[in-house]
Formats: sequence, structure tokens, C-alpha cells
Amino acid sequence: MSELIHLSALDLRDKIANGAVSAREAVTASLQRIEAVESRVRAFITVTGEQALAQADKIDAMRSAGETLPPLAGVPVALKDNMCTRGVLTTAGSKILHNFIPPYNGTVVSRLVESGAISVGKTNLDEFAMGSSTENSGFHTTANPYDLSRVPGGSSGGSAAAVAALETPLALGSDTGGSIRQPASLCGVVGLKPTYGRVSRYGLIAYASSLDQIGPFGRTVKDCALLLNAISGHDPMDSTSTDVPVPDFAATCGESIKGMKIGIPTEYFGAGVSAEVAAAVRTAIAQLTALGAEAEECSLPSTEYALASYYIIAPAECSSNLARFDGVKYGLRSSELAGHIGLTEKSRDEGFGREVKQRIMIGTYTLSAGYYDAYYKRAQQVRTLIRKDFERAFEKYDLLVTPTAPGPAFKVGEKADPLEMKLADICTIPVNMAGLPAISVPCGMVDGLPVGLQIIGKAYDECTLFRLAHAYEQSTGWHKNSPVL
Amino acid sequence: MALTREDVKKVALLSRLELTEDEIDTQIGPLNDLLKQFEALQQLDVTGVEPTSHSIPVVNVLREDVVKPSLTRDEVLANAPESREGCFVVPRVIAD
Repeated sequence: MSELIHLSALDLRDKIANGAVSAREAVTASLQRIEAVESRVRAFITVTGEQALAQADKIDAMRSAGETLPPLAGVPVALKDNMCTRGVLTTAGSKILHNFIPPYNGTVVSRLVESGAISVGKTNLDEFAMGSSTENSGFHTTANPYDLSRVPGGSSGGSAAAVAALETPLALGSDTGGSIRQPASLCGVVGLKPTYGRVSRYGLIAYASSLDQIGPFGRTVKDCALLLNAISGHDPMDSTSTDVPVPDFAATCGESIKGMKIGIPTEYFGAGVSAEVAAAVRTAIAQLTALGAEAEECSLPSTEYALASYYIIAPAECSSNLARFDGVKYGLRSSELAGHIGLTEKSRDEGFGREVKQRIMIGTYTLSAGYYDAYYKRAQQVRTLIRKDFERAFEKYDLLVTPTAPGPAFKVGEKADPLEMKLADICTIPVNMAGLPAISVPCGMVDGLPVGLQIIGKAYDECTLFRLAHAYEQSTGWHKNSPVL
Repeated sequence: MALTREDVKKVALLSRLELTEDEIDTQIGPLNDLLKQFEALQQLDVTGVEPTSHSIPVVNVLREDVVKPSLTRDEVLANAPESREGCFVVPRVIAD
């Protein structure tokens, strides 16, 4: 059964559909792999084995009865633990939600159930998705499957590690400033942040609402396309989800990239990006031109201001979103008796970790009277400049190509300075500020550690993104790498 | 424009966080480091630049006010740290 864990979601789906493999066998293989490697990788906060097997049996019964199976029937998937799952613990990686059992499913979770995919558990993350390594998790740090002494990236590090360690072929993450793409890069898997508005966020525990977006992880580009198809589309429960047609993303994988125009923004190869990573990305760009794409250098001059404006906007939104944790309606309540306001203050102090408190405070400060224009409004104006840079570039190019992360996976504890940690997202943050889709695809190894190529597309044009990413992947074979565990 | 300990205490209060003295010590450095980063934005000329609140045009979405099924009271209260007679229980807010 162990060979099943190596299959792509697409192959596994086909084998289940034609009866070569049962859904129960597929889920069992995933659960056995989790059992075998989880003590070292620690990708999950909660594993829901029994529930997954029961769902698998339903799929097998459907097949026996001759019913048409949905598109991901029987394929195991892991969910980042900031997505609400009815009846299953959902912590957002925070002690303040250590006992929270949602009474409803988030829309992506409902859509996965409809698509036949089977959740085997909830994955670890930096608390409330704030971080780049899972070290900010209120529970534990996930290990990078390629080197257990290193981080998997973050904040969706558990989802990236689960897919890299062959625990599941698919996973969902969320990406506010790089939280899908950066861990995908560090774990050698494919990860996509869709266009803002492409996927409903109903039931996603909010961090920064103007930036958050849910997206897929897989070991191949086409698997990510399949999973994106399953979760995309307008949702009346999320009025920021856009009512636009959802194309067949998987069908675009395999189309030619001849004549595609690619921009290479020079700012993404500057200070902070390691020479090895830059070299791997340059080699990948040469490969893209060999495949028929036309690449040339371009400039996104406002890039250097993206990090600072992001760290005003995201914490401002977080300070507002996290006001709901008050020790009254759900989650942790301090046992200290301290009156009404004291109860909230003590519960929040006990429940939130250091980084979350820091972001709540900086957000509260920049929004407070007298500082709003100097910080928040100015950051939003800079956001416009960043957006316009991309608009100008996309008048000329179909796609932009950059490194995903400035370096490969770093050691646990290596980036103790919070500011240094934040630099892990310098290549991914501008994309969220502009709401664009972007994918990270494995493009090489540096000292035995994976490196990712970031491809950025026009809003709602994930199809072109998938085309290029798939063509690149199939011509190189980096996606066939697997860690030794 | 560095934050003092008093500033941090004030922001913590506004944030409804009761920080210990030790926590103020560990937070004040990183908070000031961030504020220093923000100074870079002051050099930019943003005169006449419209602020972006959302990357895509987002407008108010209206719908008919139709009664639909929702969570039951028991489901909503199931996660409450303390509840009684169908209500959330909080510490007394009005003195005797």
C-alpha cells in the first residue's frame, strides 16, 4: 500500500475512479504514513483518522452503487488549522483557541467534501498565520522534511511539510504575505496564492482581511490546479469573493508557452536574496526561454517600500480582527477573577503569543488618534504605488518571474530577531498588496535544500500561471525529488 | 519618535492586553524596530495618490432580508467558557 503515497492526486483519483484502489486504501496509506513520520515532522495539530476512514467508506459505497464520483473522490487532503471544521478542533495555532470546536464548516471545507476529497487532519501554523517558520505556533514547531533541524517555512508550514513528507498529496493553506508560497519553496512543493477574491474565506479565521487568501499545495502544478478548481468561485457568505467564471485550471496545463512574454523584475534579485537562490532562478529563466518564452528585465520601483507598508496594513487589520477574542464567547478564559475588562485583558495576555501581541499593539498604535494619516493612510497610498507598478508591467508582460524566498530553509531558532524573520517574505508580500495570483514551483536545490521559483500573474489569470508553471515543471523534473525520512 | 514604557502600557491598554513588566521589556525593542522601518515611507512623495484599501474594487453587497436557518442557541453557546440559561456569563459589570 506504501506506493500509494507517492502518487499524485490526479493519479490517485483516477485509480480510485477506475476501481484499482479503494478510497479506504488511499486514506489508510496516508494515515500509515502520518503514523510513520509524524513524530519527526510534526506537521499536524490534529489527525482525524476515524472520520477520514468513515468518509472513505462512503466514497467506496458510492462507487459500488455505480454512482458518478466527484472530481477528487477519495483523495486525502490536509487543512491548515485556521479553517473552521464542524466538530473538529480548530486552533489557528493559538492557545487562545486551544479548545475551540467550530459549529460550522468554512466554505472551502464544504466544497472539499462536495468534491470527494477526504480531510485527514489539521496542520500546524504560526499563531493566527503570523510568521514564516511555524516557530510562532502556540503548540509546537514543524520540521522541514528535507532537514529536520530546519523550519518548513510559514505560516502554512504544516501543510507544506505534510505534502513534502508524502503524508497527503494535497493540502490547503492561507497566504497573507507569502504564507503558502514561502513554505512551498522551503519544502520543495508547489503552492499557489490565487487572485484576491477567487476563493471564499467564510470560515477562515481572519488575520488581515484585505490580504488573506486561501490556496492549494500539491507536489505537481496540475494537482494544485485540480484543488483550486474544487474550492474556487463566488460564495454568498463572503461578499469579497468575486462573481467571475471559474475556468478549468487543470485543462490549461500542457498548453504551449511559445511566445509568452515574461518580465524579470530586477528589484527581486537585489540585497537580501542569496546568490545561490538568484542563480537557481536565473537557470530556471534560461529554461523558460529554451521552452519558447521571451524573457526580459523590468523594474517595479516601489518594491523596496512593500515590507514597511505591509507591516502597517496587516497589523492594523489584525488588531481589529483579533478584538473578537475576549474570553466570553469562545476560547480561553483566564481563571483569574478581575472584573469584566480585566477578564478580557488577562485572557488575551494568557492566550496570545509574543508575536501576535506585538502585531496587535503596532496595529492599535498606527490606527490610534493622531497617527492614522502618518502610518495607515500613507501605507495605503504606498500600496497604490505598488499596485500601479504591477499594472504597468502587465501592460507589457504576461507573467513576472522572481525567487519565492530570499534563501532556503533556515535552522530552527536561527532568526531570533523578529525583524530578520520578516525579511523571509520580501519577495512574496508585494503580490498580496496588489491582490495578484502567484505560484511557487521547485526550481533547484542549494546544499540539499529546495528552492522555489515564483511566477506572478494578472488578476484572475491563474490559467496563464498554470500553463507556464506546468511547462517548466515537466521540462525539469524537480517535482520528482522527495526527502529521505 | 521611539515608544517609551508608558507608551507601550497605553497601547497595551487600548489593545486590551495586560502585559507583565517583563513582557513590556521584551516588546518595546521589536515595536520600536518596526516603527523605525516605517520611517522609510515618510521619504516617499505620495501627494495626490489615492489610498488602496482593497486590491480589487469592493463595493457594499446588498441582499433581500430573508429569514434563513442559522446555528441553534446550544451550538453557539457550546464553546462559551461559561453559560447559563441560554446566555453567556460574564463577570459582574455593575456594582451593587
